[in-house]
Amino acid sequence: MSHGWSEPDDFKSHGGGIMELTNGAEASVRVENGLVLKERIPKRYRLPELDERIRKERTRAESRIISEARRLGVPTPIIHDVENSIIRMQYIPGTALKHVINEELSERLGELVGLLHTGGIIHGDLTTSNIIYYNDRLYMIDFGLAFMSPAVEARGVDVHVLFQTFESTHRDHESLAKAFCRGYRRSFSGADEVLERVTEIEKRGRYA
Amino acid sequence: MKGTVLGIEGTAWNLSAAIVNEKDVIAEATDIYSPATGGIHPREAAQHHAKYASTVIRKVLEEAKEKGISPSDIDAVAFSRGPGLGACLRTVATAARMLAITYEVPLVGVNHCLAHIEVGRWKTPARDPVTLYVSGANSQVLAYRMGRYRVFGETLDIGLGNAFDKFARSTGLTHPGGPKIEQLAKKSTNYIPLPYVVKGMDLSFSGLSTAATEALKRNTLEDVCYSLQETAFAMIVEVTERALAHTGKSEVLLAGGVGANMRLREMLDIMCSDRGVSFHVPEKRFMGDNGAMIAYLGLLMYEAGDVLSIENSHVNPNFRPDDVDVTWLE
Repeated sequence: MSHGWSEPDDFKSHGGGIMELTNGAEASVRVENGLVLKERIPKRYRLPELDERIRKERTRAESRIISEARRLGVPTPIIHDVENSIIRMQYIPGTALKHVINEELSERLGELVGLLHTGGIIHGDLTTSNIIYYNDRLYMIDFGLAFMSPAVEARGVDVHVLFQTFESTHRDHESLAKAFCRGYRRSFSGADEVLERVTEIEKRGRYA
Repeated sequence: MKGTVLGIEGTAWNLSAAIVNEKDVIAEATDIYSPATGGIHPREAAQHHAKYASTVIRKVLEEAKEKGISPSDIDAVAFSRGPGLGACLRTVATAARMLAITYEVPLVGVNHCLAHIEVGRWKTPARDPVTLYVSGANSQVLAYRMGRYRVFGETLDIGLGNAFDKFARSTGLTHPGGPKIEQLAKKSTNYIPLPYVVKGMDLSFSGLSTAATEALKRNTLEDVCYSLQETAFAMIVEVTERALAHTGKSEVLLAGGVGANMRLREMLDIMCSDRGVSFHVPEKRFMGDNGAMIAYLGLLMYEAGDVLSIENSHVNPNFRPDDVDVTWLE
């Protein structure tokens, strides 16, 4: 997903300390005076009342959950300020995980997702574009679709979404998924049940 | 590159046979199963297909003959192998095998979802699109990447059309519910909040359908139809936009029966013009299930040498589009 940070080539310098990161599907993200401004863009195709509801809800939920994730030990940006559909937060330079992923990093990602799930957080949009590799740490960004849930189903969908990005964008997706599971099992005691559900989700609902 | 292929579609409600060559559809004949009450009954649909298969095939051959194409001109027989209702698929596959044996030509097993995409690429200027495929049973966002059509997002439970049909049945509207909901929605501008369920790239419609039925207790049917459409369509347009951002492609193709809905087209058109990408909608006859799309993808596969032996021509009710090695591109 490209509504978060992206690779350095995507940066456009505007001078005066304003830098535009990618304009993704959902939000515009820019750097202003060393801070990231994430603003959810109105969508003209949606009814204004529905659009406003979605943008506000997602902004509020996102900032709350970013802070909660930090407390659980998952590196995320520090939040400075939230208003309506704008979040101001710490800027993390680095590379999107999709450009550097390997088995070792996938295993570490598994551990981080395990910590999130232990704390009841569902990321909601786990893709390798939404994780930044910086200073040998993995930062999770873009909690735009995150929510709190202890349900096996929600956790399963979370992992399923990630495996789908592996499958659609990385050739060696099977070994990446295996490495992910190793890390996930290490940090999360409910891992086996969730991973079983992931297999079930893959099989289900394709033609109901 | 001069093949002529007869294709048969029959995954669900529509039994349709067509003969195509690379230029155009030469002939097409169709017979629709419509349930007296309720939704599609799988066994009744299969019995319908069994009863009318020979009529439909005879009709399409007669129509082709009038245009100077005789059975001996047919180079291959294609059928939709899945996804679909098992009994319907088996009925249609049996007819296709029989024809392939009779005419002594190869048999081609076509993935129904991919046929929707390929007929759209054939009949519109779209070349390498993000496809939004929405029908009764399927709701998927697909795009071509490294030898396969990848599924970038899809429903985790029921298809969008199915959700509409379920809601429609709960209010006493007859099958198919979609067109009736569209008409009723035009009479309202009063939005009632309904659950908007996008999970990353994936979607869920079953809760929405239930919530809409619940909302009827306190609201008018028109208001609920309007709100149901606005919510469900916003969800799929959002996922389509995300797939565009993710893949960097610059075209959107709409496919499937739900694509007939004018409000859905309007929303996609707005999203595409705001993003500066082109939006393509095939003619109505190529949107819903049709024999021409099966014959056309059958033709592409036949020309690529991608054919089946009778022994290996079993159907697959859960046939996923991303399981198919694309042999016919590049």
